[in-house]
Amino acid sequence: MQKYSIFSLMKNAFSNHEKWDLAWKDPSPKKEYDVVIIGGGGHGLATAYYLAKEHNITNVAIIEKGWIGGGNVGRNTTIIRSNYMHDDNALFSEFGMDLWRRMSQDLNYNVMFSPRGIINLAHSDAQMNVYARRGNSMRLNGIDAVLLNREQVKEIIPMADFSENVRFPIFGGLMQPSAGTARHDAVAWGYARQADSMGVDIIQNCEVTGFDVVGGKIKGVRTSRGDIKVKKIGLCVAGSTNILAEKLNMRLPIETHLLQACVSEPVKPVLDRVVTFGAGHFYISQSDKGEMVMGGDLDGYNSYAQRGNLPTLQHVLTEGIAMMPFLSKLKMLRTWGGIMDMSMDGSPIIDKTHIEGLYLNCGWCYGGFKATPASGWTFAHTIAQDRVHELNAGYNLNRFNTGYLLDEKGLGTKTWIS
Amino acid sequence: MLYIKCPHCGWRSQNEFSYGGDATVKRPELGKEVSDQEWDDFVYNRKSLRGKHWELWQHLSGCRQWIKVERDTATHEIFKTLKANEEIS
Repeated sequence: MQKYSIFSLMKNAFSNHEKWDLAWKDPSPKKEYDVVIIGGGGHGLATAYYLAKEHNITNVAIIEKGWIGGGNVGRNTTIIRSNYMHDDNALFSEFGMDLWRRMSQDLNYNVMFSPRGIINLAHSDAQMNVYARRGNSMRLNGIDAVLLNREQVKEIIPMADFSENVRFPIFGGLMQPSAGTARHDAVAWGYARQADSMGVDIIQNCEVTGFDVVGGKIKGVRTSRGDIKVKKIGLCVAGSTNILAEKLNMRLPIETHLLQACVSEPVKPVLDRVVTFGAGHFYISQSDKGEMVMGGDLDGYNSYAQRGNLPTLQHVLTEGIAMMPFLSKLKMLRTWGGIMDMSMDGSPIIDKTHIEGLYLNCGWCYGGFKATPASGWTFAHTIAQDRVHELNAGYNLNRFNTGYLLDEKGLGTKTWIS
Repeated sequence: MLYIKCPHCGWRSQNEFSYGGDATVKRPELGKEVSDQEWDDFVYNRKSLRGKHWELWQHLSGCRQWIKVERDTATHEIFKTLKANEEIS
């Protein structure tokens, strides 16, 4: 594989950039693999990469119905953070933060990780108390957290609404300085390129049509490009989890919902942090191109449409304008939607299943992108060793049965219905 | 924008409704011994179908009645609406 560097860039400039190697190949599926990963998104590509790198399992295929990186990894608002209160979430995410910091070097691909910090705004005394508690929990787990008062927040984001007569005045906020953003497509492409170079077959335009399960064991997978014999399958299909689960006669604690995001026209640099509104659900950052990248609530009903409706977008942007009034002057450039695998307690599932050789990675709700490296790393471990790692032990499927939910928001079940 | 035909009030925009999820989920019978698995299925596990989906909506900013709606989860097309006590045929 060609190494990307300033020298290879200069060398290729002399040939008008027409002689770069392909970043990954386009193989046809073989008859048999050791492991098949279904889903060529961020998590699937990362899983294949860590299977090869950490566990020396390279006879691996990634099967993707469309093209790699075309789902949620190409549709998100690129926020990376580990500001969780519960140990299971905090330790998993912070492990991921370490992988994010090294990712560009590790993958020899500039993922433009930008640790610019995230501020969760508080709009009441009670909310400040809750944030103080979460900040303390984070620090006990070795994650950086700073509780900011109103004046400190004003210094960092003076463009927010600090006037006296607003419905939700800013009391302060909780900041995780090491959080940030990254170039989402580069993450998918970086993992794909490295996985390919280590021998993983990336098979695109290949739809799974069924599974061969004999005596409770995985024997193979049927696809639109032929049958494949395999003993271990990793399911990494986010919003399509239920569709494949139905082919396996499984019912999961997952519903597929629609989440929208949008970007404004590009403007000069105005916001150098990620900021979330505390009196609703709205988050914003500014991309390197200058666009304001925004998102918020789900559309609120089961959907596989990958496109949203206007009422939710209007609701979300109303919150945005309440927080930062200047946004009302901007024109909207693009809006889009993706389908989210919403788990019943708001936390993900990375686990084995009752079918031997079938491994499950789903339930990422709003937070799939930031989890990409940690999810891939722990899922690869779970598949390779046939047992969960302590980092994803809390993300077991059994917790819904036993009642040991991982309810980060303290909202009970179906956290998206609020 | 979805337009939903409330069986009580007629056509209204989605802004007046709130969503209540899968309408085919049945609570285990009262007084019957319920296994953990049955309870798990009732509370958490969903088919989340792609295609035609019977679901509950509440006409919250209208007559406040719960209704059943048959909607396509891929196209958002609405085929049929029923009162809450009407059986899905």
